[in-house]
Amino acid sequence: MTDNEHEIEQPDERVPKRVIGTPAPGTPMLGQAEAAEAAGQDVPGVTLQDEAKARKAEKIVALCFTITFLAAIAFIISYVVFQVGTPDSTGVSNLALGGSLTVAVLGLAIGIVVWVRMIMPKYSLIQERHEMASDEPDREVVADTFVQGANESGFVKRKLLRRTLLLAAAPLGLVPLVLLRDLDNSNMPGAKFNKLLRHTVWGEKTKEGKPLRLVVEGTGQPIRAADFNSPGGILSVVPEGYEHDLNALAKATLILIKFRPEEIKGGVNQNWIHDGIVAYSKICTHVGCPAALYEQNTHHILCPCHQSTFDAADGAKVIFGPAARPLPQLPITVDDQGYLIAKGDFDVPVGPSYWERGDAEAEARMKGGQA
Amino acid sequence: MSGELNTVPKGVAGPSTWLDDRLGGANFLKRNLRKIFPDHWSFLLGEIALYSFVILLLTGTFLTLWFNPSMTEVVYNGPYAPLKGVMMSEAYASALEISFEVRGGLLMRQMHHWAALLFVAGMTVHMLRVFFTGAYRKPREINWLIGVLLLSLALVEGLTGYSLPDDLLSGAGLRITEGVAISLPLVGTYITFFLFGGEYPGTDIIPRFYSLHILLIPGILLALISAHMVLMWVQKHTQMPGKSRTNTNVVGAPFYPAFMAKAGAYFLFTLGVIAGLATVAQINPIWLFGPYTPADISAGSQPDWYMGFLEGSLRIMPPWEWNLFGTAHAGTLPLSVIIPALVPLGIVMTGLALYPFLEQWVTGDRREHHVADRPRNNPHRTSIGMSGITFYGLLWLLGANDEIAANFHISLNWTTYIGRVLIFVGPALAYLITYRVCLGLQRSDAAVISHGVESGVIKRLPHGEFIEVHTPPADDIEAHMRGKQPVLMHPVREDAAGIPPKGMRGPLGKLRARMSRAYGGEKIPLDEGHGHGEDEHAAIGSGGDDDRSLTH
Repeated sequence: MTDNEHEIEQPDERVPKRVIGTPAPGTPMLGQAEAAEAAGQDVPGVTLQDEAKARKAEKIVALCFTITFLAAIAFIISYVVFQVGTPDSTGVSNLALGGSLTVAVLGLAIGIVVWVRMIMPKYSLIQERHEMASDEPDREVVADTFVQGANESGFVKRKLLRRTLLLAAAPLGLVPLVLLRDLDNSNMPGAKFNKLLRHTVWGEKTKEGKPLRLVVEGTGQPIRAADFNSPGGILSVVPEGYEHDLNALAKATLILIKFRPEEIKGGVNQNWIHDGIVAYSKICTHVGCPAALYEQNTHHILCPCHQSTFDAADGAKVIFGPAARPLPQLPITVDDQGYLIAKGDFDVPVGPSYWERGDAEAEARMKGGQA
Repeated sequence: MSGELNTVPKGVAGPSTWLDDRLGGANFLKRNLRKIFPDHWSFLLGEIALYSFVILLLTGTFLTLWFNPSMTEVVYNGPYAPLKGVMMSEAYASALEISFEVRGGLLMRQMHHWAALLFVAGMTVHMLRVFFTGAYRKPREINWLIGVLLLSLALVEGLTGYSLPDDLLSGAGLRITEGVAISLPLVGTYITFFLFGGEYPGTDIIPRFYSLHILLIPGILLALISAHMVLMWVQKHTQMPGKSRTNTNVVGAPFYPAFMAKAGAYFLFTLGVIAGLATVAQINPIWLFGPYTPADISAGSQPDWYMGFLEGSLRIMPPWEWNLFGTAHAGTLPLSVIIPALVPLGIVMTGLALYPFLEQWVTGDRREHHVADRPRNNPHRTSIGMSGITFYGLLWLLGANDEIAANFHISLNWTTYIGRVLIFVGPALAYLITYRVCLGLQRSDAAVISHGVESGVIKRLPHGEFIEVHTPPADDIEAHMRGKQPVLMHPVREDAAGIPPKGMRGPLGKLRARMSRAYGGEKIPLDEGHGHGEDEHAAIGSGGDDDRSLTH
């Protein structure tokens, strides 16, 4: 019905008595400047739209709102009709729900914009600004009140009160910090934290007291050295019994690479390899991403996070990127059944550096090992 | 019915009276219902961030109804076939459930992620607008600081949210976070053990990040955003220079009805665009990445865009590591982690926070500013801003150097080597170029003011020379240009006895005086457009002047 109301309007009555949206003249709701605006026919700063154009715009707006109405109904229908479950059906549902929601929302948005731009007047109203600072007398009153209150409270005069209050506040402020102490969930002394970082599960034994076997990540298969005989091959390896222990894997995951004897350079500890098979920590010494990429021709191990590159044939020493230390090598051998096992733990901490790490490589060398 | 209201309809008047009897709101509404909001396209940028935040709250609440922030390992038994029987955390399993088993769940997840990207992007461009137009100047410094805080918190909010689904990609982000945290001198291992509840990854980090992500940080964000809005409302928005716009007024459209409707429409546009993106542009398809395990990673791992600059700075850093006390169990400084993780972020955030105060210290400008600067009219500020953008932008690009290397067939190592040089040279070049461009634009303004604009009318002079007639610029354009004000300077000149003024003495004072002279003042006065390019403009200028008098 609203459509008709505008149709019967007199065409020459283009300027209404008042500006749309402003209350009647003289209402106390209005500021003075605007009261003047509202009173006059020719309001400065408010340019009314041409009625013929506005009528046309109204039709566009109505179309937009109708589209929104239809799209919203389409959304509800889509919700009922399209079921989810498989990637394909979820894709269809997503398209239907998202598409109808998008159309509905944009229809409303475009409608309102046309309404504002083509039907509401064009505004260039002026409002005064005032300095943010309060008036000087007000400031003085506040200052006086402050002084008066401070004196009345006795806070200034009574030293004992003031000092004991400060004394009371100091430890109270520490309470929230103290409460956070048990965040580490293990009740261990803080000094133990960094000691934990020095060891991995490779130093442990199985229940039968045997060294841990190296098993393939994902399948859990132990690796017979004789079967891993293609030079250039690489395997991602985890410790036996810890295949799903993320904490163990975060430090103990290995990459296993098979070399031809002539390819191995001086950086590799020859006592720690078995038949050309070398095991390095897979955890990058930069910030701990798995250094998972391997280039067969160049023997380069590359960490995909920040591109630290290690030379696998030369003790995994850093040849490019931000990592500062080689990937630690794990001493390996085979058990009586020919499966690869760890001879012991890494002799240096694996993964990213930390304050308490020290020059572990030099320390290991001093102890007689070859880092 | 004339189609116009003469009185407030009963349906509105009744409740309004009831409320006003209890709240006395008419006094506030009287002053604010017709509050004037100035118009400029760039003022809409911050609104993108605001509306994205609202959308984040709504979609995020929806996600919490199904998401289970637990790192307990379960065997997946949902409808996504490739992962059937795979061990995964409950967090990842419930994120898969939202994606595949809840109608509209995938849409809401993707909207949440897109809105997050747009939230930070909106904040960033809004902040750049405020910076380049000097809208952070007195009295708006507090709001600027709130903004810097909001941006920093948004990064943390993004990081915590990114880690929640516990897929392989999100875990890589978490691993890097851990590697950075543990590298900090003295406190690194403690922070890491406290954050992760023990050794990485533990089983606590996702529930902890969850409470930070859905409660603590959004709560602070909401409070700060409200404060940001209230301050904007109280201090009134800045306006661009223009006709009848001064430092003591606001020219624009009233809140009711025009601005209100426009803002509503703009919210809907933001919502529509985000919904549209979530419909057609797949984002973070977690089911493809698989569950997190510290033993695996996918190549081309990329963080969300706003973390890209940190990623880039980590990538270009040379491998420096110090062991201060040799083999002793203390004193390891992994500079190749600490520097890139803290220094660029520190430079950007601290620089942003301090800039209004440094500028005041250099210019001595203690006046209130409500008219925004055009960026060209404060060339040093604009150049500093462009340097900052270049610095940030280069790091951001280098965060994707593997993609650049792969797509453009450049050696990966060379992208890093070039990056290490560019990160120092780029910002300096940007400074010089921007400074020149600003002066050039000022000259072109001066030329328009003094010679007018080309009219397209060619005139032949009696001696045969052709000239193009220039006409004065349109009123509004001229007013816009004349809004230019010289940047304030300290009175740095020495007095008769050769003693510099107070505050300009000593090494620091002298530095301040020199910076003030360089930073402040009028580089190209508007009404002296003849100063540069005298020869090329002379003929046109005089011809134009002649013609102006003829045509008028």
